[in-house]
Order: sequence, then structure tokens, then C-alpha cells
Amino acid sequence: MLAVLARVLIASVVASAASAATLEERLAPCLACHGENGRSETPEVPSLGGQPPMFMLIELYQFRGGQRPGTVMTEFAKDLTDDDLRTFSDALAALPPPQPPGPPKDTARYGRGEALAAQHRCGSCHNPDFSGREQIPRLAAQREDYLLKALRDYKSGARPGYDPAMAQVLYPLDDSALVDLAHFLAHVAPRAAP
Amino acid sequence: MKSHQLCRSSSSFRSRLRAVPTRLLCTAALGAFALAAPAIAQQPASAPAAGAPAAQSPPPGSPLYGRPNTEGAARLAPIPAPPLPTAVDKLPVAKLKVPDGFKIEVWASGIPNARTMRVGDNGTVFVGNRVVGKVFAVVDKDGKREVKQIAEGLHRPNGLAYHKGALYVAELSKVWRFDDIEKNLDNPPKPTLIYDDLPKDEPHGWKFIGIGPDEKLYIPVGAPCNICMPPETHAQIRRINLDGSSMEVVARGVRNTVGFDWHPETKELWFTDNGRDWMSEDVPQEELNRVTEPGKQHFGFPYCHQGNIADVEFGWGKSCTEFTKPAALLGPHAAALGMRFYTGSMFPAEYRNAIFVARHGSWNRTNRVGGDVLVVTLNGDGSVKEVKPFLTGFIENNNYLGRPVDIAWLKDGSMLVSDDFNGAIYRISRDK
Repeated sequence: MLAVLARVLIASVVASAASAATLEERLAPCLACHGENGRSETPEVPSLGGQPPMFMLIELYQFRGGQRPGTVMTEFAKDLTDDDLRTFSDALAALPPPQPPGPPKDTARYGRGEALAAQHRCGSCHNPDFSGREQIPRLAAQREDYLLKALRDYKSGARPGYDPAMAQVLYPLDDSALVDLAHFLAHVAPRAAP
Repeated sequence: MKSHQLCRSSSSFRSRLRAVPTRLLCTAALGAFALAAPAIAQQPASAPAAGAPAAQSPPPGSPLYGRPNTEGAARLAPIPAPPLPTAVDKLPVAKLKVPDGFKIEVWASGIPNARTMRVGDNGTVFVGNRVVGKVFAVVDKDGKREVKQIAEGLHRPNGLAYHKGALYVAELSKVWRFDDIEKNLDNPPKPTLIYDDLPKDEPHGWKFIGIGPDEKLYIPVGAPCNICMPPETHAQIRRINLDGSSMEVVARGVRNTVGFDWHPETKELWFTDNGRDWMSEDVPQEELNRVTEPGKQHFGFPYCHQGNIADVEFGWGKSCTEFTKPAALLGPHAAALGMRFYTGSMFPAEYRNAIFVARHGSWNRTNRVGGDVLVVTLNGDGSVKEVKPFLTGFIENNNYLGRPVDIAWLKDGSMLVSDDFNGAIYRISRDK
């Protein structure tokens, strides 16, 4: 049953690419997992609201070419054209940025994560409010489980990344630091950039 | 958006989709691919809040190590290479400038992240890259260029060499050989692994490789950091026999070279090297270096930069006089990458045996420098006579229109320049 449904969902993306489906119709399968209002309710699936369009384009490009293997996304993206990639990136990036799920559950971890983010200058590329820019993703209020998975995958090499930047930054960090960072970033509220 | 709108995606699926809530569809998609990943191990808080001060320095090894905590520094970040090549009619070729008597044109486009180039015996131009995992071959067919993909699934295949019919491809930590490549572009042979005794570090891990007049394969191993005390195995250029045997170190104290070539007459190895970040807007400069005593020279990293500035941290207790000085300085943070000696007959005599250097352009500097091709002419004794611009125009209002990476020569003596920002290759030839 699950496999059938999955094929239907993927087929709907591919079929709609070939037919004259509206953008809204074509985005529906994306939003089914990533959340209709920019915030994902699905474990380990990222919220996409407010992501920089260039970051979105790069990730879709990598999914399409099999450079981020091991996820369902390659199936979704493999038949998309260059124009499709641009259209989907722009449309998904225009969703509202996610809000934190609530106050941090563990203030000690939040505090350690905040200090780590400052020490490792995460805001240097991701912006001081972690809103992201160009090829660099928004981190503020991203799902904690996704953040931790992404950090671990960058660290282990399971997710080589488009550019080696994240592998370089994570080189000296241990796993407990990643856990703290994910907890902090998941609870950072969006704010206006200074 | 309502979930039932999914049903409109394609009428043929409408009936099956109608009653299915989106969340269930999502679960199905993920479940079917066995991606319901194990629940995250929620690690208990193992220690009380460390209370680390916010201004604590990043650890050595971080690319941000050494970055001052100032507003101006915080504005700088590496500049992305877009993954999709620029359409041919949007390429900036009309804004690019070459000296009088030369012309520049688009030679090939649509090559994602086009970086290192090597030319085969039959004129095939092989193109490597850092971010798309593939190797491309460009063939000239009746005056038009055709781009073929000849390998995929590689990890940062930036290093290429061509020798006696074979293409050598260097990933981050492996070197492969594709035999008889030009005869088999449409059906490339299974490659042979010739060397993988290389570190797997991502920082400065992508490779530039070349085969020297001594028939040995030269492979650099960059420093695994912005600035750090590198392990013995890093910050060097090494060479091996073409079967992978007999490794020896040719040069030490090399932070990250992404371009080298051999002087056509003296056979000496020359290489570009990229200096550290975050020390200052204006120093250190990138280096052009000359290896006169293979295996015996140390080019300064991490102790001394640009031949005359001791590192603010690792320079203590050392003197720049202990290290080999660069032959020329190539600009602060300007990212001097590909370099090639000119041995062709098309360009005027003054360019014979001159070095052309592609500068990718700075990111670690407020006012961008580089984004051009320089020409370096030499004196009779091999010392540098003059460094001057040759191809310019890639920077407009402090933004990049394109970013040159490597240089190659076609059989007629004309020059190719790759641009990884646009996924294009330009050709420069005599205009008269």
C-alpha cells in the first residue's frame, strides 16, 4: 500500500511536469511532506519556508543528479528541467519562514549551542540571525531532528555537500556539539537582520 | 493550499488520490524508500552549561579560525558557483577585455562548474569540476562544440591530466586512469585506480594534478585548514610513478596549489599557491613559486606568507629567511589558480615561454581583486620580469560576471579560459 501510494505521488510530479499543471498543483506533492506553510511536520524532513532560492536550487540540482543519494528526493527530481528547478526553488523559498516550536526544552543545551554557534562563527556565513543568504541555508527554527541529521551527515561525509564548506567547519567538532547546536538553532526565533 | 489539490496534478491519478490525506502520502513516499530513519538518539545533557564566552575563538582547523569578530569581516563569505550553466546569450563575453590584436569569443557553454581543462592529442578538451561530480569532454565538430559526459559519481573531480592517450582524473582522495579515452568518448572505458594513499580531508582536499617532463604524476595535498600546523602528510606537492609507486615529496610548506606547470626549457616546476584568509584585507598575497631543488625547498606555510610576513601565530620563533621566497606576488586573496607556460606560435614572440595565470578572484576581501588572467614574463635567468593583466572585465561594480579558473592551449596556439561561475569556456586568439 505504501509503495503504491509513493509511486502515485512521484508519478503525479512527473506527470504534472509533462502536462500543463499549474504551479500550485505541481507544488502540492512537495508541500505534502515539507509542510504547507513553510514548516515541516514530518520527522527529518526540513522546513523550506524562507530558504534562499539559490540554496534551494543547488539542493534540487544535487537531488536530480544523484549527488544527494539515499533520499526519496532523487525520484522526485530526476526528470525536472533546469527551468523546473528554478521555478520550484523560487516558489518554495517564498513560503513564510518557520517559527520555533516553543521555548527550548533544555536551557543548558540551548546555552551550549548558542556559545558553540558564536565560537564557530556560524552566523558569519548563515547571517547573525541565521536567516541564510545565497547558497547558505536558513537555520533559524529549522526542525531539530533534521538539523542534527544534516550536521552528522556533513560531518561523516554521508552528505558531501555542494561545496566542502560545512565539512570544513565541522572538522573539529564532536557529536555532542552537534546535538547542542541543533537544539539551539531549532529554537532561534526569526528576527530582522541587524 | 488544501490537500485535495494534489488530485488535480494529473487526471489519471485523480481517483486514486482523491481520498488520501497529504500526510499519509508523505508517509508513504518516505516509507516506501525505507527512509523512516532511526529516531534521533536524544543524548542526555552530559555536562552542565559550559558557559563558553561568545567571543571564544573557533578551534584550529576551522576555516573561520583567525577571523576577527568585526562587522566588516562578518560580511565576507565564500561566493557560490551556481550549479546551472549560464545560457550562451547571457555570457559576459562582450564585457571581457584582451590586449589590442587579440579577440575573445565563447568557445563552449553549458558545462556545469567548468574548471580544470586538459587537451587530448586529437583536440578533445576534458573538463573537471569541484561540485557536480562529473567529467566532461568537449569535441569540436564542424566548427561547433559538443559536450559529452564521460564520467559521473566522482567526489570533486577537479584534477585532470592527459598523457599518451589516457586521461587521469583525481577525485578528493583517489586518482583514476581512463585508457584510450579519445577513441571511446561515447563509451568510456572502466577506469583503473592508480593511487589512493591520500588524506580524505575536505578542507583544500580537491586536487589539481599534472604529469611532468620526468613522466611522473604530481599531486598536491593541501593544508586541511585556513591556518594551522599541518600534519607531515599535508601542505606539500608529491610525485609518484604513473603506476602509483615510489611516492616522494617535491615541495613543502604549500598551503593549497590549484595550478602548476613546467618551464618548457628549464623543465623547472612552477606553481601558484593560495595564501591564508582573515589576516588582513591586504595581506598576504597569493604566490607564484619556482621549484629549483625538488624535495629540498619549503615555501613557508604556515610560518611565513608571501616570503616576507611572519604569520601572526605560527611565525613566532621563525624567520622568513628560512623559507623559499615566491618568484612573484599575485594579489591579496585573489585566488591564483590555473597557470600554463605558452609554447604556441599564434601569440607574438614576447609571450613565448611566458606564464599565464588565471585568478579566480577574492572572496575574503571587501573590494574584490582578481577575476582575470595575468601574464608573467621571465628574464633570461628565469627570474620574473613583469606581471601584467591580459584578460580583464570579470568584475563589475564589485560583483563577479564570471570567474576564471584554468587555462589550456588549443593546437593552433589559441588560449582557452574556463569560467566555473558561468559553466563556460572562452577562446582568445590573434585578431590580425
